Amino acid sequence: MIGVLVSVAVFCIGVYGVLTRRDIVGVLASIEVMLAGSMLALVAMASGADSVTGVRPLGQSIEAVVLLLMVIDAAEAAVGLALLVSVARRRGVTRIDELQEVKG
Amino acid sequence: MEWFIENAWLAVALPFLMAVPTWLLGQRAKWLAPVLAATGPLLLCLVGFTAIATHGDGSHAGASVSWIPGTIDISAGWMIDGLTAIMFAVVGVVALMVVVFSIGYMHGDKGWARYFMLLSLFTGSMSLLVAADSLLILFVGWELVGACSYLLIGFWFEKPSAAAAAVKAFLVTRIGDAGLLLGLALLWREVGSFRFADIFDAVAAMPGGTLTAVALLLFMGAAGKSAQFPLHIWLPDAMEGPTPVSALIHAATMVAAGVFLIARMWPVFEASQAALVVILAIGALTALASASIALVQRDIKKVLAYSTISQLGFMFAALGAGAWGIAMFHLVTHAAFKALLFLGSGSVIHGSGTQDMHKMGGLRRVMPITAATWILGAGALAGVPPLAGFFSKDEVLHAVWGASPVAGIALGLASLMTAFYITRATCLTFFGKYRGDGHPHESDYTMTVPLMVLGIGALGLGFTGHLVAEVLGTHAESLDPVTAVLSTMIALVGIGAAWWIYREDVTADQLLQTRAGRLWDAASGGYGADTVADRMVVRPVMVGARALYERFERTIVDGAVEGFGRGVSVVGRTLASLQNGDGQWYGAMLGASVVIMLAIVWSYDAINLWAVEVISWIGG
Repeated sequence: MIGVLVSVAVFCIGVYGVLTRRDIVGVLASIEVMLAGSMLALVAMASGADSVTGVRPLGQSIEAVVLLLMVIDAAEAAVGLALLVSVARRRGVTRIDELQEVKG
Repeated sequence: MEWFIENAWLAVALPFLMAVPTWLLGQRAKWLAPVLAATGPLLLCLVGFTAIATHGDGSHAGASVSWIPGTIDISAGWMIDGLTAIMFAVVGVVALMVVVFSIGYMHGDKGWARYFMLLSLFTGSMSLLVAADSLLILFVGWELVGACSYLLIGFWFEKPSAAAAAVKAFLVTRIGDAGLLLGLALLWREVGSFRFADIFDAVAAMPGGTLTAVALLLFMGAAGKSAQFPLHIWLPDAMEGPTPVSALIHAATMVAAGVFLIARMWPVFEASQAALVVILAIGALTALASASIALVQRDIKKVLAYSTISQLGFMFAALGAGAWGIAMFHLVTHAAFKALLFLGSGSVIHGSGTQDMHKMGGLRRVMPITAATWILGAGALAGVPPLAGFFSKDEVLHAVWGASPVAGIALGLASLMTAFYITRATCLTFFGKYRGDGHPHESDYTMTVPLMVLGIGALGLGFTGHLVAEVLGTHAESLDPVTAVLSTMIALVGIGAAWWIYREDVTADQLLQTRAGRLWDAASGGYGADTVADRMVVRPVMVGARALYERFERTIVDGAVEGFGRGVSVVGRTLASLQNGDGQWYGAMLGASVVIMLAIVWSYDAINLWAVEVISWIGG
C-alpha cells in the first residue's frame, strides 16, 4: 500500500514539474519522473499478495512488462531529446514558454 | 365543333404553355414571338364563338378535380356557360387584335419577347378567371391578371414614372382584393364551398345581413379591379404602359373583370337590395365625375383612361339597377369600341410621336385609315345610331332610369359629356391644322388591319343585343323609343357643341382655362383624388411605418439581434483568451478539468446517496 502512495506522489511531482518547468530539458526530465511514478505503481500493485491464498497472481509478468517499459522509456527520452535539439537549432530556443504558436 | 367546348380548358392552358417558348424562342427568332402569342387568343376565339353558336344545345361543359382533398375539400375546375362563352370571345378577339397590332407598335423594342410572353400570360390568366367554376379559382385568375397588369404597366421599367404607376396600380387594386378575399372567407364560413353552384344553392338560406356583407366585400374587389370610385386612381396612371396593353388590359378585358365578377355572382347580389343601391350610386357617381375629368385632359390616353372609368361606371350602374345582362352587353360593345379607340390612339402616338393633343391636329389627312376607324369608335362611344355604343348605352340608360331617376339623370349628363370629350379629342387630333413639329405618317398594315376589324365590331355589335341576352339567358330588352330619341339628341348636342368649339383650333382650351380656371384645374387634376388618397392613406401609412421602424425595428428587433451578436463575441473573446498557446497552461487546464469532472461525478453520487438517506429518513 505504501508503495502505491509513493508512486502517486512521484507521479504528481512529475506532473508538477511538467506544468511549471520553463526549460524544455526540465520538462522532459519531469516526464521521466511521471513515467517512473507509473512504473512504480505497476510494480507496487503487483507485489501485494492475496491475503487468503498468499499467491501473487500477476507478479512476475508485470515485472517483465515494467522492464519492457523502461526500454521504451529510454527510447522515448532519446526521441524527446532529439526533438529538443532540432527545435533549439532551428529556433534558438530552449525555453518552453517561448513556443506559444498554438493559440486561438 | 363539340370538341372545342368539351376541351375548353385547353384554351386556358395553351396561353400559359405558350408563354415560355414565346419568351425563349422569341429572342432568337423575332417573328416567332407574336405567332406563338397569337395561338392562345386564336383558340380562345374558336372556343368562344363555338360556345356562343351552340349555346342552345345545352352544351354547358365543365370538369372539376379535387384540388386540396381532406376534411376541407377544395375542388378546382372549369365550366363554360353563356357568360364564359361571351367573355372568351371578347378576350380572344381583343387579345388577337392587340397581338397583331403590337407587331407594328412594338417593332424594335428591346423587350420584344418579354412583351409577347406577358401578353400570352395575361390571356391565359384572363381566361382562367372567366372559365373558373369556383370563386377560389376565379380569385387565382383575378390575382394573375393583376400581376400581369403590374408587369405590363411597368413594362418600360427604366422610366421611374412607369415603375411608380405599376406599383400604384398593384397597391390600389390590392385594397379591393383584400375585400374580395374577406368576402371569400365569409362565403366559406357560410357555405363551406367555393363552387358557384353550391354558393347559389345556399343563398336562399343565408341571413340578409351576411348576404349584404358578402355582396359589398365582393363589390370592393370589383371596384378595385374596375377602377370605380374611390379606387379609380390607378387607371389614369396605368397609361404608362404600352398603348396596346392599355387597349387589352385597361380598357377591354381586365378592368371589365369587376363587371364579370358581379354578373357571375349575380344570385348573391340579386338577394341584397342594399348592395345594389351602393353599386348603382358608385357607378353613377364614377360615370359622371370621370366623364367631366375627361373633358379637360390634354393627353390623348388620359382622355381614354377617364372615359374607360366612366364607361365602367355605366356598367356598374346597370348592374346596380338589376340589369346584369345589359351591363354585359355594354361590356361587349365597350370592349370593341374602346379597344379600337386605344389602338387608334396607339397608331396616332406611333405616327406623330407625342401623346399631347395640343401638338396634333389635322392628322386625318396623313392617317386616313386611323382617322376613319377612330371616328367609328368615337361615334360608338358617343352613342350615335346605329353604332354599337348607341344600343348598349340606351339600354343602360333605360334600365337605370327605371331604377332611380337621379342616377338616370347623372348618366344622361355623363353621356352628354362623353359625346363632348370624345368629339373634342377627335377634333384636336384629326381636324384643324397640324400643330406639332414632326412628320406624322400612317401606320403600317399590322396596325391598321386590327383597327378595321375592331371598326367592324364598333359598327355591328350593337345589333347583337338579343343574341347576348339569349346566350346569357336574360330578358332581352327592345329599344325604348323615348330613351333612344333622347339619348340620340344628347349625343348630337354634345358632338355639335364640341365640334363648334374645337373644329378649328385649340384656343378654346386656353380661353376656357382662363375663364373657369379653378374648375378647369380641379377637373384636370382629377378633383384631387390623388391628393386625398395621399393625405388619407399614403402619408399615415408612411408615418406609422417610420414610427414602427424607429421605435420597434431599430430598438427591439435590431437590439435583440445585435445584442445576441455582441454577447456571443464577448463570450468568444473571453474563451479565446484561455487558448494562449502555452502548452503547460493547456496541460494544467486538462488536469484541472479531469479533477473537476471527477469531483462532479463523485459529488453526484454523494448527493444521490445523501438524498436517498434524507428521503428515507423523512419517509421512515
